[in-house]
Amino acid sequence: MTEFGLRLAISMTQIAAVMGVVVITVLILTLAERKVLGWMQDRMGPMEVGPYGILQPFADAIKLFFKEDIVPAGANKFLFTMAPILCLIPAFIGFAVIPWGPNQTFEVGGITVRPFVISDINIGILYILAFASLGAYGIILGGWASNSKYSLLGGLRSAAQIISYELNVGLSIVGVLILGGSLSLVKITDAQAGGFWNWYLFALPAPQIFAFVVYVISSVAETNRVPFDLPEAESELVAGFFTEYSGLRFAFFFLAEYANMVLVSCVAAAMFLGGWNAPYPGTIMAFIGLPSLAWVENTMWFAVKTYSFLFLFFWLRATLPRLRYDQLMRFGWKVLLPIALGNIVVTALAVFFYQQMK
Amino acid sequence: MSQLFFGYFAGMIAITSILVVALRNPVYSALSLLVMFFHVAGLFITLHAEFLAAVQIIVYAGAILVLYLFVVMILNVAQDDRYHSQWRIAGVVCIPLLIESMLLLSGGAGAVNTGSRSLQSGPQDAIDTDNTLAIGKTLFSTYLFPFEVASLVLLVAMIGAIVLAKRDIGEHNT
Repeated sequence: MTEFGLRLAISMTQIAAVMGVVVITVLILTLAERKVLGWMQDRMGPMEVGPYGILQPFADAIKLFFKEDIVPAGANKFLFTMAPILCLIPAFIGFAVIPWGPNQTFEVGGITVRPFVISDINIGILYILAFASLGAYGIILGGWASNSKYSLLGGLRSAAQIISYELNVGLSIVGVLILGGSLSLVKITDAQAGGFWNWYLFALPAPQIFAFVVYVISSVAETNRVPFDLPEAESELVAGFFTEYSGLRFAFFFLAEYANMVLVSCVAAAMFLGGWNAPYPGTIMAFIGLPSLAWVENTMWFAVKTYSFLFLFFWLRATLPRLRYDQLMRFGWKVLLPIALGNIVVTALAVFFYQQMK
Repeated sequence: MSQLFFGYFAGMIAITSILVVALRNPVYSALSLLVMFFHVAGLFITLHAEFLAAVQIIVYAGAILVLYLFVVMILNVAQDDRYHSQWRIAGVVCIPLLIESMLLLSGGAGAVNTGSRSLQSGPQDAIDTDNTLAIGKTLFSTYLFPFEVASLVLLVAMIGAIVLAKRDIGEHNT
């Protein structure tokens, strides 16, 4: 029983650490988004709270925390309360299978611990997809329970959009799964070691460049970000599914959206960009004779990749106008889906002939 | 331990399945169906069928049930419309089901057990290593023909759905 207790304690520590990192990343993101948008539009961004506005996220959090919590008349109280939680849990739960650093183990009291991944289950990426698809429930129920037409329309739009683009996310990943031969994110990142030419974005025999493009576009659409933010289109739907939300419940939706962005970026980094592997063979730390510190370098590379992907989200937001709803659907089903399917066929053939030639 | 989990999952599946038909609000019905799908996935995990569990959630909870919820919300079904006078048909259907379950519970239990055991013993080691790999290999070797037939049936159903939904394809062109 002590072994069980120790295991539980270790898992809890890992979960707490990962949650902490994700929440801090979200705090940074809220500031970074406003700053980056400001700079791109030749403004300063928030400057009031703290030096250069770096304490702005805390001011925002305190504001949301102390705001009055309004439940609209005629709303379904139970579902109105449940919806933000249903949105938040799937956004956070996916981080359990993301490998943050090298696949090494150490022993604590007879138990092998993997410090950089909470749980290496053999269906890792399917687990993430399964829970990502549940995020739609929070949005659709929040829209319905608010008893408001704007919210309902926003919720329905979001459901249609998430289902359509989830398919593209799933199919664009299949090429990587064929190359990696596994569903476990740990194994997939391990297989991309040894230089950027081994990352699945560039790897022979079938570079996944098209799949990566499809994945980027679809993941932007799945997280309801500009230019695919139709569920919350200000000009048509006030604020979409969270029109009626305020205070802490709104903060939950907000947190879920940003956590989803981080999750999507982590998956992109792990699947296409080599995860924690450096773009050169081995690590500098091992080269200068400190192999025990190599994990610092590796986790930093993972952070760099994730943050560059997150920067792309802001960049798109500053650049592109919102799509119309029918354009969105046509683009998803008639452009991205055929590209993703074609990529699967090409990758499968390439891998087959590559193995035959060996 | 596994008995405990099975008891929990089976109990929750039974309760939520009853709630699906018993609850008055159709949105709550859909939600209890969602909870049920989750517990079915949990049952799959206790059987070391992780791939099936994930697919169960992705397909049923992630896609199909969202569409159900979609329809329920758009139609905003009045509660009276939902309860047709179907109880006579339901009663007739219940009789064979009742007899079947009686048979299973009384005499057939031993026979069923040995049957399932002999099924499990064959590919046991393959399942332990990689569930997804085992399913893929079995589908594309032993069950290739049924698999292809099923995909063809699904394709036909898909084409049929598109044709039915898009009655105006010809009208636009002419």
